[in-house]
Amino acid sequence: MGVGISVEHLNAWYGQTHTLQDINVELPANHATALIGPSGCGKSTFVRCLNRMHETNPIARAEGVVKMGDMDIYKDAEPVQIRRRIGMVFQRPNPFPTMSIYDNVCSGLKLNGFRNRKVLDETVERSLKAAALWEEVKDDLKKKSGASLSGGQQQRMCIARALAVDPEVLLMDEPASALDPVSTSKIEDLIFQLKSQYTIVIVTHNMQQAARVAENTGFFLNGKMVEFDSTHKIFTNPKDKRTEDYITGRFG
Amino acid sequence: MSTNPLYTPPPGRDESPLHIPLDINSRYIRLNRVRRQAVNRAVTVLAILSTVLVIVPLVAIFVYLLYMGASSLNLAFFTKIPAPVGAEGGGMANAIVGSGVVLAIASVLGIPVGIAAGVYLAEFGRGKMLAAAVRFTADVLNGVPSIVMGISAYSLIVTVQHHFSAFSGGVALAIMMVPTITRTTEEMLATVPHAIREAALGLGVPKWRTVLSVSLKTASPGIITGCMLAFARVAGETAPLLFTAFGNQFWSFKLNEPIAALPLQIYVYAISPYDEWHRLAWAGSLVLIVMIMVAVTLVRIYAARGMMKGAS
Repeated sequence: MGVGISVEHLNAWYGQTHTLQDINVELPANHATALIGPSGCGKSTFVRCLNRMHETNPIARAEGVVKMGDMDIYKDAEPVQIRRRIGMVFQRPNPFPTMSIYDNVCSGLKLNGFRNRKVLDETVERSLKAAALWEEVKDDLKKKSGASLSGGQQQRMCIARALAVDPEVLLMDEPASALDPVSTSKIEDLIFQLKSQYTIVIVTHNMQQAARVAENTGFFLNGKMVEFDSTHKIFTNPKDKRTEDYITGRFG
Repeated sequence: MSTNPLYTPPPGRDESPLHIPLDINSRYIRLNRVRRQAVNRAVTVLAILSTVLVIVPLVAIFVYLLYMGASSLNLAFFTKIPAPVGAEGGGMANAIVGSGVVLAIASVLGIPVGIAAGVYLAEFGRGKMLAAAVRFTADVLNGVPSIVMGISAYSLIVTVQHHFSAFSGGVALAIMMVPTITRTTEEMLATVPHAIREAALGLGVPKWRTVLSVSLKTASPGIITGCMLAFARVAGETAPLLFTAFGNQFWSFKLNEPIAALPLQIYVYAISPYDEWHRLAWAGSLVLIVMIMVAVTLVRIYAARGMMKGAS
């Protein structure tokens, strides 16, 4: 089951640049939340703060309260533990080039020292099925390198890889932006199905995509969250003038 | 302007306003094409010539070694220790084994240190003063003449122990291996895309595990090549062994005693006044080169076997 995330007074910096300024938002459990906004507005930084990937960059830092359920992920937990509970899918498919499809999918378990053959087999099958890739790859799981798949397949494999560690939240940073329309629609279908079990946060440049998959949408501009509301409301009756300008295509 | 045979206007339009048809046979384009093809041909020829220039000395040396050394190769060469001057027979068995021992010591000491230093430079030391110092030291060390390595090992180990030893020879060669391995490891790790590291970190894999199982594994073909290069380079070194391993005319397997080594034996035989020894020196050189080639090829094959098909 998914778990909700609440963010209070979140600020983030890259060196001297104040990339996120005082973000406050509630991301409800088992819902998909879309984050939209022009390039460089802080959407990606925001999701990277949610699983503490932001701080892997030596010049980056973040302050504020991010609660996952009752746990403050900046105070009560180690980054490594947080990332196992909050999975992430990146903009470009990033399979491990030296690993087979099988090893890619269960890498999160294997690299953390998990070796039980039977459980690994089951996890790989379950995750690939959940990512709608099982039928396409089941015959050469261990024969083919993960990097030999097509871009869309690679991205679904990366989603399977994230699901394999059984997270509660799934962060997706423009998961379909490097893919063709067919692969994109497969990923969107997938997000739709995954919502019942995971809390999903998806960054997207594609507003139709946000409208299709997400119940709630947040609009970022210049490091601030300008507006957060139900997707329907954001796209039909936004409160803020800047949101309206953005979604009607007047800028960005 | 003549019509372009490669261009068909879209249906319902005679001429696209956005697409000016190119006349591929116009004077300008024709001249440009001829020039482009000429340059292409010239550069291709240059590249082939350079390749030949690189390969010819290698092949020439090898053929000459075969010519001079092959006739002196026999079973005794690989099974007997050197015979006294004038006596028939004798071989370099002890030197072949001795080289193996010294090189094994050098690899066991040099490869882990070199790789570890390279990992530090690439994964942990970005932008740190210590990393810059290590990098600079490695580059300087790379240019230090090999005899200096021998003297260092001599003063650090031999003068302390008061006797020559296989171990000190191994240390001298290890010091020579480290900078090459460190720098190649660093460069190879730098070619591993950041996205792959993020993928591992994003799965909740600790940094040390990511470095070990993802970065190093992805970069391993290049790192192995670097290690083999360093190995091949020191395998033929004579100078660092002159006053460390020292050489030995008899069997020796003890690490704290002088030990024979092929390059040393070749050196001693080559500067001797005896024809028989000269022939053995040629044979020894041939064996040395073949041994290095076999070792490098075996490691390459072994390393290639572990790679996944279709991996880029």
